[in-house]
Amino acid sequence: MQQSHDRAIGTVLVWEILVAVAFFVFGAVVVWDSQRLGASWASDGPQAGYFPFYIGLLICISSVANLIAALGKGSKGARAFVTWGQLRMVLIVMVPSIVYVALIENPLYSLGIYEASALFIAAFMRHLGKYSWPKIAGVSIGVMVAFFLMFEVWFKVPLPKGPIEALIGFR
Amino acid sequence: MQEINSLMGGFAVALTWFNVMLMIAGVSLGVLIGVLPGLGGANGVAILLPLTFQMAQQPGGATSAIILLSCIYWGALFGGAITSILFNIPGEPWSVATTFDGYPLAQQGRAGAALTAAFTSSFVGALIAVIMITFLSPLVARFALKFGPPEFFSVYLLTFCAFVGMAKGTPFKTIAAMMLGFALAAVGLDTVTGQLRLTFGHMELLKGFDFLIAVIGLFGIGEILLTIEEGLEFKGANARLNMRVVLETWKELPKYWKTSLRSAGVGCLMGIVPGGATPASFMSYGVAKRFSRDGEKFGTGQVEGVVAPETAAHAAGTSALLPMLTLGVPGSPTAAVLLGGLMIWGLQPGPLLFIEKADFVWGLIASMYLGNIAGLLIVLTCVPLFASILRVPFSIIAPVILVICAIGAFTVHNSMFDVWLMLVFGVMGYVFKKLDYPLAPLVLALVLGDSAENAFRQSMLMSQGTLTIFYANGLVGTFTSLALLLLFWPLISRALAILRGRNGKPLNVE
Repeated sequence: MQQSHDRAIGTVLVWEILVAVAFFVFGAVVVWDSQRLGASWASDGPQAGYFPFYIGLLICISSVANLIAALGKGSKGARAFVTWGQLRMVLIVMVPSIVYVALIENPLYSLGIYEASALFIAAFMRHLGKYSWPKIAGVSIGVMVAFFLMFEVWFKVPLPKGPIEALIGFR
Repeated sequence: MQEINSLMGGFAVALTWFNVMLMIAGVSLGVLIGVLPGLGGANGVAILLPLTFQMAQQPGGATSAIILLSCIYWGALFGGAITSILFNIPGEPWSVATTFDGYPLAQQGRAGAALTAAFTSSFVGALIAVIMITFLSPLVARFALKFGPPEFFSVYLLTFCAFVGMAKGTPFKTIAAMMLGFALAAVGLDTVTGQLRLTFGHMELLKGFDFLIAVIGLFGIGEILLTIEEGLEFKGANARLNMRVVLETWKELPKYWKTSLRSAGVGCLMGIVPGGATPASFMSYGVAKRFSRDGEKFGTGQVEGVVAPETAAHAAGTSALLPMLTLGVPGSPTAAVLLGGLMIWGLQPGPLLFIEKADFVWGLIASMYLGNIAGLLIVLTCVPLFASILRVPFSIIAPVILVICAIGAFTVHNSMFDVWLMLVFGVMGYVFKKLDYPLAPLVLALVLGDSAENAFRQSMLMSQGTLTIFYANGLVGTFTSLALLLLFWPLISRALAILRGRNGKPLNVE
């Protein structure tokens, strides 16, 4: 168990290369799009792609420099970028967050930000904190009622609302 | 002494009941934000910015709104010291140097002394910086009134070159991150030609990337991911501040007046330069260590070792607002968010602000004095309360912070697309942080991208496309030369070192 926990998911070198290549691709896209719009001088002044063209070019140049620097680092690049145990913790946060954002508004059945947030907090407390249900209900519903009062009533900032708000007449 | 009169007018604006209430609320919220993991000055202000949209519509409301937001910033600066000293977790990069002596002091049971020293010297640093702002900013603004597009572009250039020159790691990572910011700023409708740039037919991209979303994602979500990677526990020293400890520490502090003044000087100078707060705190720690009689004992729990970085960091954090107000060039990510706020409220930051919106500017400057006094009182009295927040289990605090980030991202434009974008920026921030790509230049480039591009375009129009306009007169030439000097500083300093023959082997990096 311990061993699989410490297993590295990619070395720093691999990730340095990945990110540098991603930068290069992005820079190339910027250059290409600027070329499409025109990156030179029109009769009325610089064209739309004039400034971004050089930005894209600089991204490409610096990504190549970063790639060379990463490859030249030698043994230091062999360090683990993230261990499996660390990645597991990161995923424990990221995956529910994605589900949470999807629940707020989707084509099938939108829960609204308040209901989705209450569920999100509850899931965290249950799964990571192992709290009892009454405590979970108290915290998650209490926090969301406070937010509701703050945003909808006090500051009058409308947020996506779900079925419960519709029941009590807030739209 | 026109400044004194203006300042008195400012106090009259800032000292209404409503504004004082906002100050207290802002500082308390700010300390809370500074203490919580994943929330810092920049994204805390970014999340709360949409709440002020309504407020700023009312007459005089913009002043109240900026008072609220700037007080959140002061609070966050104070709050950073609490986590550094009690938990050895620097809440902000510039509180790293505070942990060197602050945490050992706390372990020796002298947390109260360390906290009092930190808060008091933060206050002193901020006060000196505000006095500097009071007298210097009208001068800078008057001077900047003569600026045309080439001058402004050269100031932007100076800003960004300073980042490259002062970067700790490889300059190319700074350049890459910064240019990414510029490219993201270019996405969407080009206001000059009306053409769509980099949207590839996606309507969501029409209005471009909002830097507030980037700030919330990069600093908020990214920071939470980094924190949780280390596990879920916070272990901290106990904090009790009673009046006796405070008074005793205050008696001790005047001994360090030289260190305070030196650090405030370093802070004010470095704060005007972008990204200056973090190097300022390290630098003044180093300087204090060299000049102090107890220099060798630094790092084992010296009060002086807390005074130096805290004074400098707070002075730098405050003086970062000077270029923001007078030139429209923010010195730190948080100042950038405040600048974005001004623009959203319909105020154009820059020299004209001092003429057209004098009561706004002086109300803000007066609130800096008052806000810092309020901040000092609040943190001295409420430390145990704020420290106890860090004892709330992570399984509760983490989802609540994520929810706050999501709400903050949504309210910027009332768009769910932005919330998804925030998650993407969060993962990006996590990977960038792990690979030492700096985030501050990215955010600043995203904020200033459009202004910098406009200044560049107008300069190019003036000169019919030749770059010589950036050397056309003494002023713009000086800025450009300084910018290039800073840009190539890593090379120049290395060349100087080789010339002096200090490290016999040439080009031996590290």
